[in-house]
Amino acid sequence: MRILLIEDDPEASRYITRGLREAGHVVTLADNGPDGLSMASDEEHDVLIVDRMLPSMDGLSIIEALRRQNSPLPILILSALGDLEDRVLGLRAGGDDYLPKPFAFEELLARVEALGRRPGPGSLTTELAVADLEMDVLARKVQRANQSITLQPREFRLLEYLMRHSGQVVTRTMLLENVWDYHFDPQTNVLDVHVSRLRAKIDRDFDKPLLHTVRGAGYMLREPE
Amino acid sequence: MNRSNFLASSTFRLALLYVILFTVSVLLIFSFIYWSSVRYMATQSDSAIQTEIQTLAERYENRGVPGLRRLILDRITRQQPTGSSLYLLSDPLGRPIVGNISRWPQVTAEDGWLNFNLDTSDRDDPDLHPARARRFQLSGGFQLLVGQDIHELKLAQRRIITALSWGVILTLFLGLAGGFFISRTMLTRLEIINETSQRIIAGDMKQRIPVSPRQDEFDRLSGNLNRMLDQIQELMDGIRQVSDNIAHDLKTPLFRLRQKLEAMNVEAGSSAGHTQVLQDALAEADRLLNLFNALLRIARLESESSKTAMTMLSLSELADDVAELYEPLAEEKQQSLSVETPQSISLFADRDMLFQALANLLDNAVKYTPKGGSIRLSLSSQEHSVIIRVCDNGPGVAVDQREKVFHRFYRTDTSRSTPGNGLGLSLVKAVVRLHDGRVSLLDNDPGLCVELNLPNTPER
Repeated sequence: MRILLIEDDPEASRYITRGLREAGHVVTLADNGPDGLSMASDEEHDVLIVDRMLPSMDGLSIIEALRRQNSPLPILILSALGDLEDRVLGLRAGGDDYLPKPFAFEELLARVEALGRRPGPGSLTTELAVADLEMDVLARKVQRANQSITLQPREFRLLEYLMRHSGQVVTRTMLLENVWDYHFDPQTNVLDVHVSRLRAKIDRDFDKPLLHTVRGAGYMLREPE
Repeated sequence: MNRSNFLASSTFRLALLYVILFTVSVLLIFSFIYWSSVRYMATQSDSAIQTEIQTLAERYENRGVPGLRRLILDRITRQQPTGSSLYLLSDPLGRPIVGNISRWPQVTAEDGWLNFNLDTSDRDDPDLHPARARRFQLSGGFQLLVGQDIHELKLAQRRIITALSWGVILTLFLGLAGGFFISRTMLTRLEIINETSQRIIAGDMKQRIPVSPRQDEFDRLSGNLNRMLDQIQELMDGIRQVSDNIAHDLKTPLFRLRQKLEAMNVEAGSSAGHTQVLQDALAEADRLLNLFNALLRIARLESESSKTAMTMLSLSELADDVAELYEPLAEEKQQSLSVETPQSISLFADRDMLFQALANLLDNAVKYTPKGGSIRLSLSSQEHSVIIRVCDNGPGVAVDQREKVFHRFYRTDTSRSTPGNGLGLSLVKAVVRLHDGRVSLLDNDPGLCVELNLPNTPER
C-alpha cells in the first residue's frame, strides 16, 4: 500500500516508517502540515496517517481541507492527546480512525491495513469466504465445509468483521470499536471469551484452524497454509 | 430567596430584635415625657390655685367679705363666657354667698384637695368635666373654694397620649420597614456569595464572587474567598499537572521499553526459551501502560467537565450491550447474569464513558462473585433521574470500606489476590461525576449493590 505519513516528530516518524516498510508498504513522509496537505491532494495514496498536533497547520485542519475537496482517502489520526473527547473531534472532522499515542506498532499496522482495504461504500460484498468457511451476510447464514453453523447475532458480526479483514491482524480494540461499537478499555479478557466461543463453533470440529491468536497483538482469520 | 427563608434569616431576626428594643426604648422615653409633662401641668394648675387662694385670703383680711365678694365676682365676669377657674364663697353655715358653682362638692378632701366632677346640667357640653379645687377656711367661719375645671387639661393629656402612641406606631413601622430593607440588602449580597459557591461546588471552578469597588466588609469577604479559590485552583492545577506529568513522563520511557522488547521479540523469532520471557515482559509493560492510561483518563474526567460527547441515547440498549459483552465471562464462572429494564429509558449521556462505567461494574461483579452466583443489572426511571443498579450475591464490601473503594489504587484486603489495578471504581465515580450523578454502595444481603443515580435532564 502507498501510505502518506504527516508527522513532525522525527523519532516517531522514523519508528512508524521503518515498521510500515518492513511490513511491505511504500511510505511517503511529510514533516509539516502544508506540505502534507498538498501531497495528500496531489498524489495517489491508499491511506493517510496524520498527527493531530503539527506546527503551522494542525491535523484536523488538514482533514477538513481534504474532506472539502471530497477526497475519499482513508485517514488515521494519531494523537498524543489520548482523550476520548479528542477522538470525537477527530472523527467529526472527517477522520476514519483514531489512535492515541503511545501505541503498539501492531495496533497501528492492523488499523492502517484495515483502512487501506476497506472497500468503498456500496461495494460491500455480501458473500464472504475464507477457505471452506462461507458467510452469506444478507441471509445471515454461515457454513463450513457445507455444514451449517448457528451463530448468535454478536458472534455473527464478530465473524463478519474477521472475515472482511481476513489475513490481517485485528486487535482487541478494533473488535470492540467495530463489532461492539464502543470505545472503552476492557479491564479483563472479556473479549477473549467471545472469540473462544466463536472459535469453538467454527474451528473445533474441523481439521485446520482458521482463527488464530496473534500474541501481543490480537487475532487473525486466515486460510490455512 | 423565598419568604419563609427570608423571615428565618438571621439578618431579619437581628433587625426584628433591634426594632423591638428600639420600640421599647421609645416607649419608655415617651412615657417619661408624658409623665413629666402631665406632672408639670398638674403642678402648674395646683400652684395657680394656691396663689389665687393667697390673693383672695389677703383681700378678705384687708376688706372683709364684701371686698372678697366683689373680687370674686370680678374674676368670674372677666373669664366669661367660658372659664376654667372655679370659685365658691360660703358663710359659716355653708350657704353660698358668691361663686360660679352652686354648691359644695360632696367629696372628702385628700391632702386638702377636692377632686370632683362638675355639675354640667346647665351647660350644652355633654362631656364630664373633672375639677380640682382647694378649700380654705377664712377667719370668722367663712369658707372659700378655689378650683379649676381640668377638662382642658385632661384633653391635653389625652392629645399627648395619642400623639405619643402614633409616635410609637410610626417608630415600629419605620423600624420594621428599615429592618426589612437592610436585611434584604444584606441577604441579596449574601445570596450572591451563596449562589457562586454552589456553582463552584457543582464543579464550575472558574466561578468567582463579584466584588464592588466600595470595598466594604462584604467586598473584603468576597475578595478573600476569591483569593482562597484562586489558591485552591492553583493547588489543584499543580496536583493535576504533577500527576499528569508523572503519568506522561513515565509513559514515554515505558513505551520505548516496550518497543525494544517488541523488536527483540521479532529478532528472537522462533528461538524458543527467550520468547516466553519476552512475551511476559511485553504483557507486563502493557499492563503498566494501561494503568497509566486509566490514571490519566480519570484525571482528565475529574479535572474538566468535558461534555462534548454527550448525546441522547437508549440506556436500555446500552445496558443490554454491556450485559451481552460480559455474559460469556459470567457463564464461564457458572454465574447467571440478568438484565432488568422495565421500559425503554433514554438518557443524555456520554455513550462510551457510561459503557465503560457499567463494564467496570460488571467486571467487578463477575470477578468477586463466587462460582454459581448471580448478577443482576437493573434500570429504573424516576421523575428526574435514572437509577442503574448492579447487584451480586458475592462477598460484598464492609460498611467502613465503602467510601474508600472509590479512592485510586484502593483495594480491599480480600480483593488483593484477584487481578486488577484498583482504578475501576475510581473511573466509575469520575464518569458518574461527569454526568452530575451520585454513586453509592448498598447491601444486597448477601452481596453488593452498586447504585448509580444519574439526573435525566437533557440540557446540561
